[in-house]
Amino acid sequence: MIFESESLVVRFARGRPPALDGVSMRVPSGSLYGVLGPNGSGKSTLMRALLGSVEVESGRADVDGTPARDWNRRELARAVGVVTQSEGIAFPIRVRDLVGMGRYPHLGAFEPEGAEDRRAIEAALRECDVEMLADREVSTLSGGEFQRVRIARAMAQRPRALVLDEPTASLDIRHEMAILKLLRRSADAGLTVLLITHNINLAARFSDRLLLLREGRVAAEGTAGEVLREEILEAVYRWPLAVQPDPVTGEPTVTPLGD
Amino acid sequence: MSRTWSRPVVALLGLSLAAVLVVLASIRFGAVSLTTSEVFSILRGGGGATDRFIVLSLRLPRAALAILVGGGLALSGAVFQALLRNPLAEPYILGISGGAAFGAVVVLATGWMSVSSVALPIAAIMGAAIAILLVFGVAFSADRRMDVRVLLLAGVVVGAFFSACIALILSLADAPTVRSAVLWMMGSLSGASWRGVAVVATYTIPVALLLLTLARPLNLLAIGEETAAYLGTDVERAKRLAYGAASVIAAAGVAFAGVIGFVGLIIPHGIRLILGADHRFLLPLSFIAGAGFLALADLLARTVVAPAEIPVGVITAFVGVPFFLLLLRRSLGS
Repeated sequence: MIFESESLVVRFARGRPPALDGVSMRVPSGSLYGVLGPNGSGKSTLMRALLGSVEVESGRADVDGTPARDWNRRELARAVGVVTQSEGIAFPIRVRDLVGMGRYPHLGAFEPEGAEDRRAIEAALRECDVEMLADREVSTLSGGEFQRVRIARAMAQRPRALVLDEPTASLDIRHEMAILKLLRRSADAGLTVLLITHNINLAARFSDRLLLLREGRVAAEGTAGEVLREEILEAVYRWPLAVQPDPVTGEPTVTPLGD
Repeated sequence: MSRTWSRPVVALLGLSLAAVLVVLASIRFGAVSLTTSEVFSILRGGGGATDRFIVLSLRLPRAALAILVGGGLALSGAVFQALLRNPLAEPYILGISGGAAFGAVVVLATGWMSVSSVALPIAAIMGAAIAILLVFGVAFSADRRMDVRVLLLAGVVVGAFFSACIALILSLADAPTVRSAVLWMMGSLSGASWRGVAVVATYTIPVALLLLTLARPLNLLAIGEETAAYLGTDVERAKRLAYGAASVIAAAGVAFAGVIGFVGLIIPHGIRLILGADHRFLLPLSFIAGAGFLALADLLARTVVAPAEIPVGVITAFVGVPFFLLLLRRSLGS
């Protein structure tokens, strides 16, 4: 699957500055694509525009060459798994049932889960390390556990692409690394992964390409070496920082400087 | 969502059986009590003329109305709770009871009752329809999306406005009118007729079946609209259908039975506490449990102080609230 935008403009209210102002980008099939940028730079809006949940003012935002709104909804839901920044669950529900909702796009209105659905759910629970939580009530989970359950739901969709908005924001090191490695493995297996994150260093380490947004425009796009440059990042984040190769991994690494 | 179907199926069979027994009991007992064999002989076409009239023209339509209205209220409440993502939601929360009561009170105060026996339900349905359309119009924004927070606020405000209209009319009306209006607003199934049953059934049954097809979309709406959309649901369509369908069912019930409280609030919660929040089970089981519950409440309403009647809404509260509190206590304890 390919996500692609060209000269994309999104504006939430007439007369206000656009949330996205001429963004062109392309997520090649089977790659892990990291989207970076300060708060309010338009990362989530870009995701929503690509997925058809906000109005495009001008330009294009396509999934496999077709705007998301022109896709059949269920077909799109079978192809693309999405993990939004947060969700509030209104009524008690068990983890396995929440993950099971990832199978809904594959099922008819009254069709019960079949063997393949159950296999997909079990595999997703395993991959996201939440098997032991399967029978727990979602409201009893910690923030990090809930996040992993939501990623498991997206995996249970057996999608061809994953879009995740700060999925590891509330995870500890072990689970953040586990999720990033899972995303990397998924990309290597052919999934297209669009990852919005604030963790510049891990994004650089795991992504094939990076997109850096600033106030709705593209500040930089390319490999980690091309995007992680002091003068670019300092201008975008408005904070002094240093970029050096990491002594262990050799990847460019950003260190915010003090005072 | 549940791994096994057995628990919901057991609950379905158990509740259905209980509902059937309640209906049989409500045919048997009353100011004139019959034996079970008499009831069966009447249902097969035998029995004396008086007994036949009591069973076939009074008790049976009354039980049928209780089933339709009770089931409809519980189903409608379950849908409103999911749609508004609010556990306090019930069928009347969006001003339907206020609109219907306004229509009914106008008829009672003007004496149009004498024109036709259907004047009251027609006025109540029209009042409910005005409330539904008003709330829908406000919550339906310029970009053709329905904001459920606006829906909730608009519904509560519209309901309050109709309450003020009712208060104005009643403050100017004479004492007998006020009494019949207050009794109507407390809810009663005593006006049941086969014609009323037919009208309520025409609205309730097809719309209830439509709502069953929304079970999975409602599951998704309960976890959030954006995620629901990404899992393949046409969110705006689902919200409009759910609001329209649940409103129609509530309006049909309120027009022929007045404002019967608690059924639409506590029955869905009771089912949720026992079986979980999967709407594929919650919706049908709420209907059956609500039907049996209202039939039972009505049986008590007309037998406890016979030949007088207690408003059925009083019984639903007296029976429902302690049971619900017990259930709540138990579910917190486990």
